[in-house]
Formats: sequence, C-alpha cells, structure tokens
Amino acid sequence: MTENQRGGPVLTVEGVGLRYGGLVALRGVDMTVHRGHVDGLIGPNGAGKTSLFNVITGLTRPTEGQVFLEGHDITRHSPTRRARLGIARTFQRLELFSSLTVRENVQVAEEAPRGVGRRGAQSAEALVTEQLERTGLISVASARVDTLPTGTARIVELARALATEPRVLLLDEPASGLDPQETMALARVVESLAAEGLAVLLVEHDVDLVMRTCSTLTVLDRGRVIASGAPDAVQKMAIVQEAYLGSVADDANGNGDGTDAPAESAASNEAGR
Amino acid sequence: MHFFLVYLVSGIVAGAIYAVTASGLVVTYNTSGVFNFAHGAIGMMAAFAYWALRVPLGWPMIPSVVVVVFVAAPLAGALIERGLIRHLFGAPVASTIGVTLGLMLALVGVATILWNPGDYRAIPTFFSPTKDVSIFGVSVLYNQLVILAAAASVAVGLRLVFYKLRAGVAMRSVVDDPELLALTGASPRRTAQRGWMIGCSLAAAAGVLLATQVTLNITTLTLLVVSAYAAAIFGRLRSVPLTFVGALVLGEIYSFSQSTYIPQWFINDTQLDKTAPMIVLFIALLFLPQGRLRTAGQVPAMRMPVASLRTSVVGGVVLMAGALVISAFLSQSNLLYASEGVALAIVMLSLVLLTGYAGQISGCQLAFAGLGAFAMGKVLGGASPLGLVAAFVLAAAAGALVALPAIRLQGLYLALATLAFGAAMDYAFFESPNSFGYGGSLLVGRARFFGNNFASNRSFLVLVAAIFAVCSIAVLAIRRSRFGRRLVALNDSPAACVTLGIGIGRTKLIVFALSAGLAGLGGALYGGVSGQVSAGDFPVLLSLTLLLLATVWGIRSTSGVLLAGFAFVLLPLIPHVSSLIYLATGLGAITISRNPEGILGETITRISVLTTRLAGRNQPQNPIAFEAVSNSTEAAPAGHRAPIEPAVTIEPAVTIEPAVTIEPRAPGA
Repeated sequence: MTENQRGGPVLTVEGVGLRYGGLVALRGVDMTVHRGHVDGLIGPNGAGKTSLFNVITGLTRPTEGQVFLEGHDITRHSPTRRARLGIARTFQRLELFSSLTVRENVQVAEEAPRGVGRRGAQSAEALVTEQLERTGLISVASARVDTLPTGTARIVELARALATEPRVLLLDEPASGLDPQETMALARVVESLAAEGLAVLLVEHDVDLVMRTCSTLTVLDRGRVIASGAPDAVQKMAIVQEAYLGSVADDANGNGDGTDAPAESAASNEAGR
Repeated sequence: MHFFLVYLVSGIVAGAIYAVTASGLVVTYNTSGVFNFAHGAIGMMAAFAYWALRVPLGWPMIPSVVVVVFVAAPLAGALIERGLIRHLFGAPVASTIGVTLGLMLALVGVATILWNPGDYRAIPTFFSPTKDVSIFGVSVLYNQLVILAAAASVAVGLRLVFYKLRAGVAMRSVVDDPELLALTGASPRRTAQRGWMIGCSLAAAAGVLLATQVTLNITTLTLLVVSAYAAAIFGRLRSVPLTFVGALVLGEIYSFSQSTYIPQWFINDTQLDKTAPMIVLFIALLFLPQGRLRTAGQVPAMRMPVASLRTSVVGGVVLMAGALVISAFLSQSNLLYASEGVALAIVMLSLVLLTGYAGQISGCQLAFAGLGAFAMGKVLGGASPLGLVAAFVLAAAAGALVALPAIRLQGLYLALATLAFGAAMDYAFFESPNSFGYGGSLLVGRARFFGNNFASNRSFLVLVAAIFAVCSIAVLAIRRSRFGRRLVALNDSPAACVTLGIGIGRTKLIVFALSAGLAGLGGALYGGVSGQVSAGDFPVLLSLTLLLLATVWGIRSTSGVLLAGFAFVLLPLIPHVSSLIYLATGLGAITISRNPEGILGETITRISVLTTRLAGRNQPQNPIAFEAVSNSTEAAPAGHRAPIEPAVTIEPAVTIEPAVTIEPRAPGA
C-alpha cells in the first residue's frame, strides 16, 4: 500500500434505507470509509449501526440505496462474494466458531476462498500466527473459544476477520467487555492496521477509544445520519448531545456504572432482529 | 363427470382430516415455538385409545370421543408441555427436534407394547356405514359428513379462540415476542400450555376421525400425519386459514392420485396416493421463504477433543483385535447380530459427519443405506468389491440430489424435507415391485477381498469391523482437515461463515453427498449380513431411530455410534419386550437431547471430573488468561464481562431504545 493512496475512499454507502414493513431501521444514510483511516460510527442503541453493518456485509439487503467497494456497485452481491472481495467484520453479538480453538477459528478464515489476487505471499501458517501475535492471542491459541472471557472472545473475532486479509474492516463494539488496559492494547492494534493502509469502520461506545483512533465520526440516530465530521467538532455539536439525551452529563456524575445491563439487553435485541 | 365428483368429495373429506391435525400443529408451534414431530404419534395413540374404549370395552361413541379428545388428549398435552417442552425454551433447534422425535418414538414403542401390531383392528364408523345422503348424485356417507362437520367446527372454534378470547390473542403473539407478551401480563408458559392442550386435542380428533377411514396401524397412523405437515407448511406454520387451504389441496391430491385418471400400474408401482403428499411437502418446503441466516449454534458447541490420527489408528487396531478375539466365542447367530450392529454403526458414522460435525439433521439416512444395498445386490450379486464402490457412488449421488434443492433449508425445515424424502423413498422405491420384486427380496452377497469370500460369519464380522475402523479413521481425518473445520464452523455460525467468504451451499452439498455415500456403504454391508434385503428393511421410522440412537450414545464421536450400533442389536435380545428399541431410544433421546455429547460424552466428562477430584486438584476456574487480563488484579471468570467497565461512555445507560424506530415518532415522547 503506497502512501499516496491513503485517505482515498474505499467503501461508500449512498442513500441507504432499510425498512421492515412500517418500521424504518435506516433512512438515506450516506457514509464513506477511507483507506488508511479509522472512521467512527456512533449513536444510541437502536440507532441502526448494526443494521448498517448488515447492509454493508450483505446479510441484509437494503430497501433503497447502494453500497460501493472501490467504485464498484456491490449492492446486489451475496455476503460471500463481498467477503471474497475484501470486506471483513466482527459481530456485536459474538459469532465465533465456539467448538473450535482460537487458532482453528483464525485458520478457518485464512482458508476461506478469496477473490483473485487477494492472497498475500505469506504462507498460511505464518499468516495465522501473525494475526494471533498481533492481537495478543498467541498464548491462548489452543484454547477452545467457549472457555474464553467475552472480552478475549471479541479479540478472537478481530483476529479471525484479519486472517482474510481484508481491505475494509468493520468492527462492531470491539472494546465492550475489555478492561482499560486491554482497550488500550486494542487501540494500538487498530491504529497500526490503519497505518498499514486498511480502511476501518469502528462502532464503539468507548469515547476515549473513538476520540483517539477515529479521523472522522458519523453519528446515527433513529436510522438517520445526524452529524458527521472531525471527532472534536462532532462531539461538541448540540444535536449530538441531544441524541444522547444528556447522558454524557449523567456519566460525568458517575451514574453510568452498573446501569449498563439494560442498555446491553436492548442492544442484543437489535442484533436479534 | 360423476367420478370426478366422487374423487372431489373424497378429497374434501381427506382434506378435512388433514386440516384438523395440521391446525393443531400450527397452534402448538405458534404458542411454544416447538415443532411437534410427535403430533402424528399422539393422534395414533388417541385412535388406539378410542378403539380400546369402543371395541374391547364396548363403550358408546359419545363418551368415548369425550374421554379421548376432550379429557385425555388435553391432559396429555398439558403434561407434555410441563414435563418436556417448557425446558426447551431457548434451546437450539436440534434439541427440540430430538425431544419431540424422541416422544414420537416412545409413543410408537408404547403402542407396540400395548397393542400387538399383528392383530387386525377396525373402528366402527360414526353412524351406520351404509347411511348416506346424495349430493349432486354423489353418495356421501354420514361418517364423512361427521368429518366435514368436525373440520368446520375446528375452523370456527379456532377463529373464535384466537380473535375473541384474551388468551387466544396472547397465543397469537407468544412466538413473535414472548418478552413483550410477558409485559402485558399474560404468561408465555400458560399460553404455551394451553396451546399444547388444544394441539393435542386436535391431533386426537384427527386420529379418531382417521381411524374410522382406515384400519388401525401404528406406523401408518403415525406417518399419515406427515402429509398434514405439508398443509401446515402451506400456512408457513403460522396461518390457520392458509393451513386449511393447504389441507384441502392435499386432500384432493391424495384423492386424485388414486383416481382412474392416472394409469393403475403407475399408482401401484409408486404408491402414488402415499407418495404424493410427501413430494408436495418437499416442494412446499423449497418454496418456503427462508428466514435470515441463523446466528446461534444449531447443535450445541462440542466439548470433547478430536482424536488424533495416532489415537484413531490405535482405536481401529484395538477394535479389529477385539473383533478377532471375541468372535471366537460367539455363536453363529450372535456373530450375525454383531455384524449387523457394526454395519449399522457405519450407517450412523454418516450421521457423525452430517449431524455431529456439520449440524445438518437428516431423517433419511437409512434410505441411502437401502440404495447402497440395492446397488451392491445389482452389481454381480454383491460378490465384488466393485459393489461397495457402486453402493457409495449411487447413495452419494442420491444424497447430492436431495441436497441440491434442500441446500437453502435450515434446521427444522431440512429435517422435514429429508423426512419427506425418506418416506417417499419408502413407498415409491423400496416397496415398489421394480426394486425388490412383489413382496420379494434382493440377494446381496459379501464382497470378495484378497481372495477371501467371507462366507464364514466370523470372517465377515472381522471384515465389517475393519471397514468400520477404516471409515472411522477417515471421518476423524476429515474432521481434522480444512474441510472438517469448515463443517464445524458451518454448524457454529453460518452467519460468520458467509461473512468470511465461505460458500455454505457447496460445503453442505459435499457433506451431504459424502455422508450419503458412507450410509450407502454401510447399507451394502448390512445387506451382506443376512445375504438379502427386502422392501421392509429400510423404513423411515428406522431412519429416525438410528438418528436418535446415535444422538443418545454420542453423535459426535465414532465410538459413540459404534455403541449405538450394538445397542440397536442388543436391545431386541431382551426377552418378552421385543419392541423395546423404539421406547428405549425415544426415552433416551428425550432425556439426553440437551447434551450433544450423548451418553459417551456424559460418561467421559463425569469420569474426568471424578479423577480430577480424586487427584485432589480443584477444577481450574479460569485456565486461560488473555495477556492483558493477567496484568489486571483479578481475572474475569469465564463467560462474564470483565469487572472493570470503560471509564466513560457516551452511551445512554438507562434508556432502552427499540431496535428499530417506528417512522412517525414525536421527539422526546
């Protein structure tokens, strides 16, 4: 990846809408993910973040709008075909191969078919080991994933996605379940991926992580983009504060602790739809 | 024209019975989310109970109907819901299929013990069998009028219950969102229980109505309801009115498939009247719109480690040595029993690949085995190893042919489609005079290897054991390979598979073909045990028995299915209870369906826990430490969130947002 390609659009979403009968999950969403950058996507639970991920990866077909990968319209492509073209993702509600070991999970991804010219020169073994080392999983490589704590399991999803050598990486709340130290380690990994030229789209609730890693921020609320731009600017916008119903202030007062559970159950509802 | 009307009326009557039973199926599915494979068996039990009251005890009609349909059946439904179904809430589809299939087999087992299948039983019709009315010149029996009236009252009754009663409205919503229903104050459990009471009552009503039309036969009654599954699929398992439409269509198909419009020889050869509903079910499933890709594991995650090449080879050698030694002490008939057990274990090895690893549930493996035996017999009378190749190839081709359309089906629907295929194969192929001759049989020899024709039963047992060992080693090698990892991945998360670029369809097709081929190989050897196979050797009910037996003993392990094979041949040897196999397998499946490792896995787990305890070591709480976790003061227990939350989040912590927003929504409302 040469330096002059950095910053160019890799993945573009244009006017994407998604309806289930009378229910609107997404409406007129425009968004761009850039090569060599981490672009952030935030919004309250139920805003449509995971729905947008499903549209981009092809698990859900949008009722309107298009998705482009490097200028090619992939809206009608199957999820498998998109993955082979270089889109990889993690899941908010874990989708690991729970009866396989950590290494096997990454192996399955490495062995999956890919588009022409998308396989690097590295041997399979080396690539798998590299991903395990990079994500700090090498010490648990032979553990079965259903024995891991949730936070660690999320990192396995990251390593698995990386093993497909993607061009675009979609991360759905990768830091939830991680402690601050683990989150910092994750931030370093994500930054280094972007530095290598990968385009990363990050959905995350951890403000520090978002502010530190993202070069742009898009805010989704009730299926619409209500703000986008540089993270500092977006964070200060009144409309964004409003969308969060003043919860930033609540958190500052220390009310955020222990009340995470209901918010999370709503989030898992979203994934279940 | 007259004959057309006669067939039309008889089709409506058949459709009416289908409608009664299929709507019961829809009600139970909608209120509890569990598809009741035992629905037909419950109807069968009701029909026999009705017979027992009316004929041996001499009860009049009305009290008999009241006791069976309105007292015993709802009571049974309530008990089944309380004892079995309630515990399945949130369980993987495979477990729910295992439990209800187990219930079905157990009921068949009980019926076989209570009512000797060899006896002839018929139920007196409602009113005299000669009383009729003439409608457009077609004579309609009073009995048929009763059936039509029953269906009509079921239609009206369900409509009233669902739309007028509060409890009925709750029933309609329980599957869609049980949590939301709970918020309204209605109890999903009580609603499910009511649903099962109504469902079983309808199954019983259908059984009683049906029993006046046909002679009582356990298998026929249990499986005739499979035809009604097709009607329920017409209604997408949701809509009772559409189910009624589907039932009428099926009734007409059933009626006209035995009409003079179709050549008699074709009907005889294919048993079209019985085959047609199965084909309709298969096709209806193909057109069913598929839901989104399943995201939770189908067969629960596996726990036992996979045997290495070394271990599996050692196991194979031990098995052969065991066969050599033990066979010296076995009588001729016991040698045959043992060979039969091992041959069936090879058939069940195919389920290890398909169900144990890939999580695809097949109800027709014995049909592939039958095809294998057929090929073996047709190629040089089974004397050549080429016959084994032919058996593998023919069965694998059939497997691919079934899988091709069925690829997009998941879980329950795949199980139903394979069940329909197995039943259709029973009627149209195995029982067809073209396959084994009228009531006849096909000679299946024993393949000649290394100049040995394995005529002695002892040498044949060793041969079959050797082939089992080789196949097991191969199955385990597949599991350790790239393809094997992909199979397990397919089971654990299809959604993750597609987003990694793994084509699910191709993987499924290959595993189906491989597994069917393996079943065919087992079938060819099974035929060699007695030297012949006949039409009744491969019934679909036995396919299901093998599926459950493998599940009970351990469908994920090659040793598990070997034990299952022995269990199959040993159980009937217990004196006085010849049909124990159905009951025991059924009860076993009901008990153990929640543990995917079966008895074998359960035992090994218990032993390892015990040895750990004896060794005085505590079970490690958290054997794995992610490197960053190990830096923190306390490691999080497995499966829980790390205790330290991110310091600041911009997520609203308390508000529960709906998953998708309803379009017109007042801000801040």
